[in-house]
Amino acid sequence: MSSTAQAIHHEEHRQSFFERWFMSTNHKDIGTLYLLFSFLMLFVGGGFAMLIRAELFEPGLQLMQPYFFNELTSMHGLVMIFGVIMPAFVGLANWMIPLQIGAPDMALPRLNNLSFWILPFAFALLLSTFFMPGGAPAAGWTMYPPLVLEGGSSIAFMIFAIHLMGISSILGSINIIATILNLRAPGLDLLKMPMFCWSWLITSFLVIAVMPVLAGAVTMMLFDRFFGTNFFNAAGGGDPVMYQHVFWFFGHPEVYIMILPAFGIISEVVPTFSRKPLFGYKAMVYATASIAFLSFIVWSHHMFTVGLPLGAEVFFMYSTMLIAVPTGVKVFNWVTTMWRGSLSFEVPMLWAIAFIVLFTIGGFSGVMMALVPADFQYNQTYFIVAHFHYVLVGGALFGIIAGVYYWLPKWSGHMYSNFWSKLHFWSSVISVNVLFFPQHFLGLAGMPRRMPDYNVAFADWNMVSSIGGFWFGATQLIFVGVVIHCVFFSKQKATARVWDHAYGLEWTLPSPPPHHSFTLPPVIDDSQLAHGDTSH
Amino acid sequence: MSQPDANVYYVPHKSRWPIIATIGMFLFMLGAANWLNGHDIAGQVILAVGALTIIGMMFGWFGNVIRESMKGNFNSQVDTSFRMGMTWFIFSEVFFFAAFFGGLFYVRTFVVPWLGGVGDKGVLTNDYIWQGFSAAWPTNGPEAIGGAFTATGPWGIPLINTLLLLSSSITLTIAHHALRAGDRKRLIGFLGLTILLGATFLGLQVHEYWDSYVHLNMTLHSGIYGATFYILTGFHGLHVTLGTIMLIVMWLRCARGHFDREHHFAFEAVAWYWHFVDVIWLCLFLFVYIL
Ligand SMILES: [Cu+2]
Repeated sequence: MSSTAQAIHHEEHRQSFFERWFMSTNHKDIGTLYLLFSFLMLFVGGGFAMLIRAELFEPGLQLMQPYFFNELTSMHGLVMIFGVIMPAFVGLANWMIPLQIGAPDMALPRLNNLSFWILPFAFALLLSTFFMPGGAPAAGWTMYPPLVLEGGSSIAFMIFAIHLMGISSILGSINIIATILNLRAPGLDLLKMPMFCWSWLITSFLVIAVMPVLAGAVTMMLFDRFFGTNFFNAAGGGDPVMYQHVFWFFGHPEVYIMILPAFGIISEVVPTFSRKPLFGYKAMVYATASIAFLSFIVWSHHMFTVGLPLGAEVFFMYSTMLIAVPTGVKVFNWVTTMWRGSLSFEVPMLWAIAFIVLFTIGGFSGVMMALVPADFQYNQTYFIVAHFHYVLVGGALFGIIAGVYYWLPKWSGHMYSNFWSKLHFWSSVISVNVLFFPQHFLGLAGMPRRMPDYNVAFADWNMVSSIGGFWFGATQLIFVGVVIHCVFFSKQKATARVWDHAYGLEWTLPSPPPHHSFTLPPVIDDSQLAHGDTSH
Repeated sequence: MSQPDANVYYVPHKSRWPIIATIGMFLFMLGAANWLNGHDIAGQVILAVGALTIIGMMFGWFGNVIRESMKGNFNSQVDTSFRMGMTWFIFSEVFFFAAFFGGLFYVRTFVVPWLGGVGDKGVLTNDYIWQGFSAAWPTNGPEAIGGAFTATGPWGIPLINTLLLLSSSITLTIAHHALRAGDRKRLIGFLGLTILLGATFLGLQVHEYWDSYVHLNMTLHSGIYGATFYILTGFHGLHVTLGTIMLIVMWLRCARGHFDREHHFAFEAVAWYWHFVDVIWLCLFLFVYIL
């Protein structure tokens, strides 16, 4: 062992609690912090969702004033997107990318610590708005002016929180790009890299291209509210629709920021439990890159009903439908990887299969909404709510959970309970459909979204959906139990490889891996890699 | 300086600066938000504490990295990581400006003509809501918000400023060549000249703003023209200010002999940033002032 590695080794034993968690330069500790933060926020955002479903359990106003309901829907969206899905993916990237590419850590470890610690402060700013005069932001997570500018004290706090979250995710993504491009072990070519690294590399470029645009959009809003500009005021020559354009130029790539890393996770899990290499690895890489590119030229499909010129409607309709092609390539390749594989259904594989099915359902309803004339019916109804919850819960969240169950034994060094994790799965996969599938029917029948009260004609399916919601929410408490048991109480030690057909550098290290993953660049043995010119 | 082994991975020591940085940013934003909501004194105090924390953090964090660099801790791989970090940071800055340029193009291509009656949307907006408004640029909209104003032409101060920034990019490149040639005197001279050019640019821009506000009645409130003008030139000016401060730090470090012919990443990073600010200005000059 070199002297550098020894020095690092000593430091590991001397650190206090504060040093370890607040001054960290360790990708695993920072990854753990990200994952814990996102887990906590899942229950904050989930709590808002429970309140929303409780109010919608029956028609009429039972529990809250309509304005508070609007605060809940808006904050539910902001918390789930910026506080749960994105930090969870960055946490997984922190943990896994250095392990998968044979690096000691992230390329810029101190910046990594800064990226994480911005988040709790950003959410302190955002969540504190609930206790302010005028309450939390209530114009939806998309924050459209002029409605959002009618809010009280919350606007400035919301805008600055968004700025902080943007800084955090931009710095995090710069770090991921530098890590993947600069710290790969010699011989680990880009086209031998695990799909999870590929999908995060591409996602990082999306993040650094669109988060600044969101910052620009909310900055214009800040100026309109406090400094008397007229960006979004037609009387001064501006246009509220301009905000929507700038926002969705961020917003559509953002939905791929929230799904591409999940694609990467699924592309790791499916080959392992199919005992076959990933089908069409290069096609997967190119499909991911195509999705990322196309995501920049489809944004106005969120605005079909605001009064776009006909040419724009047609262009954005076709460009949106085009995305179905590379996305179809991905689904096809996962299914083909399973085809004639010797499948086994361990817990991560169950989540991955549920991901493929549920994400495809959400993808199909997405294609339906890409059709301009059809979108005029679906727009602002529960149909869109059903659609994006299928891709964000059944897609992004299920992908994250698949990743956690896939790598948790590697992180903790222990196996989790088979019974409870399977119960978590089956309970989740049934309840999530009870929760969201009826919302398709409600939307097609014309129930508007973001409404605390509704016509009695919608009562039955809303009650079903609410029951599914409480059931799904309660089920996630099992997840907490499984994770705590695995980390602190499980007696069953995990082997280095954990799963018998898991390939890739992360499985060559012991479970749990050493404090600094690789102190020397590992020698690459192609037969131990998951992808590229492999021989197994 | 001995070169550390590039075959052994380098991981930096723990640092208290990131957590101090985030506390500083939090206080800064908390103070700003309180100030905007009318809690003037509390807001200003919190904002000032946050700003001082951030400034102190910069001295501490950068000072720390400089000392590590001078000790020769960083191998070539670390150097490449720093370079990639700066490159992609500038890339994200480009997209920040792209949001405002995109807004400007959208307003000029679509919004103002529609308000003036062009196309289907014009039939609705112009005929029913703002009859009689005819599209023009510059404009402060159908209700002439902010009152009559005159826009600054491109051929006075903005042209001089363009020439100043362009020549500052040249003097900076000369300084960079001098650094690589090991010519300290020339380096310090031309870097100093670059700083002077940047500072002159800022001085002239302040004068231009003052002139616009006092004599031309062209303010932030002057409809969409004032809004796009000040947000674009203002954020650019902020970047020039930061760039100038960074150049001054580089000048001090050059004077202390921190850099040698091969190792001067910080200098190059600042130079990239300065050229980026320069390119943004050329876009501004073309799209905000001339067209
Ligand atoms: Cu979209």
